[in-house]
Amino acid sequence: MQKVVCETEVDIKNADGLHMRPAMQFVDVASQFDCDITVSNNENTVDGKSIMQISMLAATCGTRLRIKAEGPDAQEALDALRELVEDKHFDEPTPKEKKKQ
Amino acid sequence: MEIKKGIAVSPGISIAKSLVIDAEDYRIPRRSIQPSQRMTEIQRIRNAFTGAINELTKLESAQDQTEGGKIKDIFAVHLRFLRDRNLRKKITDLIRSELVTAEYAVSTTMREIASHFTRVKDAYISERAADIYDIERRLLKQLLGKRREDVEHLTEEVAVIARELSPTQTAGFNKEFVKGIATDAGGRTSHTAIVARSLGIPAVVALEDLTEIVSGGNTVIIDGNRGIVIVNPDESTIGQYQEYSREFLELEHKLDAIREKPAITRDGTKITLLGNIEFPEEAEIVLQKGGEGIGLYRTEFLYLNRKTEPTEQDHYEAYAETVSVFRDRPVTIRTVDLGADKYTQSKRFVPEPNPFLGLRSIRFCLQNLVMFKTQLHAILRASVLGQVKVMFPLITNLQEMMQAKFILRDVMEDLDEESIPYNRDIKIGIMIETPSAALTAFTLARDIDFFSLGTNDLVQYTLAVDRGNEQVSTLYSAADPAVLRLIRTVIQDAHKAQIDLSVCGEMASEPEYICLLLGLGVRTISITSPMIPEIKQIIRSVTMEDCNNIARKILTMNSERQISSYLRNAARKILPEAF
Repeated sequence: MQKVVCETEVDIKNADGLHMRPAMQFVDVASQFDCDITVSNNENTVDGKSIMQISMLAATCGTRLRIKAEGPDAQEALDALRELVEDKHFDEPTPKEKKKQ
Repeated sequence: MEIKKGIAVSPGISIAKSLVIDAEDYRIPRRSIQPSQRMTEIQRIRNAFTGAINELTKLESAQDQTEGGKIKDIFAVHLRFLRDRNLRKKITDLIRSELVTAEYAVSTTMREIASHFTRVKDAYISERAADIYDIERRLLKQLLGKRREDVEHLTEEVAVIARELSPTQTAGFNKEFVKGIATDAGGRTSHTAIVARSLGIPAVVALEDLTEIVSGGNTVIIDGNRGIVIVNPDESTIGQYQEYSREFLELEHKLDAIREKPAITRDGTKITLLGNIEFPEEAEIVLQKGGEGIGLYRTEFLYLNRKTEPTEQDHYEAYAETVSVFRDRPVTIRTVDLGADKYTQSKRFVPEPNPFLGLRSIRFCLQNLVMFKTQLHAILRASVLGQVKVMFPLITNLQEMMQAKFILRDVMEDLDEESIPYNRDIKIGIMIETPSAALTAFTLARDIDFFSLGTNDLVQYTLAVDRGNEQVSTLYSAADPAVLRLIRTVIQDAHKAQIDLSVCGEMASEPEYICLLLGLGVRTISITSPMIPEIKQIIRSVTMEDCNNIARKILTMNSERQISSYLRNAARKILPEAF
């Protein structure tokens, strides 16, 4: 099996940021894959499968995160995480949607 | 060696290794462990995580039925944290590198994470610190719960050190191995003090920061006579205390010698001395110490030392055991006095904003009739075995008293229908422990057989002072003129109505108050068994004339300070050896 390393950048789009519940969703998706996943903001790089570390990134709305995956299913993992963060924005409203409510 | 001064609440000396019980509600002090204990502490962490995960999984699945996606989400998040290897590793690494207890490692790690959240500017995220504290508490509850179970299954002698002990904790103590008790909080009439005295375990309370000084396994001397605790004493101090302990035991034996003699004043007035108990096993001790019966049998412990509510048979067996010790001598059973500082396990109350003025004691019973009737049924069934009396606590007005009596009659009818024998003429009494009961004693006395003055609560409610709060506990005094005036009223009203009256609060076991109480007209006193010989000796060395003079003089005084200093001087004059 070849070693695959993939990287991507995502923006936090939901209004309340990467708080506990989104952090849980993130970790749950990441944990479905065998590859190692790390997430960085400007200062720290943390384990993408650890809710403690992900939530401690305290990424607010608008924060850009760099996700790095290493392992055979790295690309699938990144695709799934990007979908969760940017397309579904954790099933939460964006700031615009929140204002409408 | 470190010497701490507190309040002596239960006499005796103990020299033993310490067992420290932390509380999840307070900051966990840093405590060191030996390198050899590392694996034990790490295993405790594993067990705590497993226990917490099981607990949460149950809570989460119970949430399924009800609507509440939010709560379910919270549980799910907490579960992810508990399953997070990084978190667990962070905690066990701390134990390995810093050699600290599992409790401290959990607390420090979780607080570090929480403080990380509180520093985030985004309000929504910074509030997540609350979740971290929640997880911390859940883990500590696991660790400390196990510790508390340990206290119930001791195999060697220990001195229990804690910030504060709950009735549930003390109820589980194994008397054979708990040799001494020392707590940071508390006062003379706190629950720990009462339990320690009734079990005859030396105890010192109000030591402020003792739990931060002691580590588990340290040698600790608890001097329950002088209110001193010595941590890690040197050889010569231990030697001195062993000698002192021997002398103290000799003195105890001397006092025991007056056991057979009656409690009569020098001029021939007979005083009845009864014992206060919490467990049936204590009945025998009361008898040994020369008590003539039980004036106060607290029954809360039936509820506090087991996981499920006691059955009628559990009640009956406890009462039967006690009554069989005394046969034809009186045993006054007080119906449950739960609530406020005492919690039942099966029906944990939702915290009340002001529990001492809340749903406690007789009020709780009158709202939980099934439970109340179960107890009354057992008391009545036991009433044929000896001279059983029943007493209702915390009565505040006539209606409450009549309602309690009415329910007792109801249960009597049940027994009639079941053809179970009982004493139809069982004596029914009430505790006078609220100012409202004291002020209406004249009315209450018409429909009741006896009064028992509960001075602990009476002082607390009259002076509006929490006896367990060390910051105001100096305001708590039975020598306050307001309290004494109420006590006098109750005694006079009982005499007028020709009903029996006894005093069962802590006041009656304070040597300096004995003369005053006799002078005010008290003829029956109920106290913890270890105090019976000493109080009897005092009674035997005074005359009623002295006592009457003291009471007359006291009633003209207007300040607590004046009264208590007068009482101390008077007592010193009459019986120099007791002070």
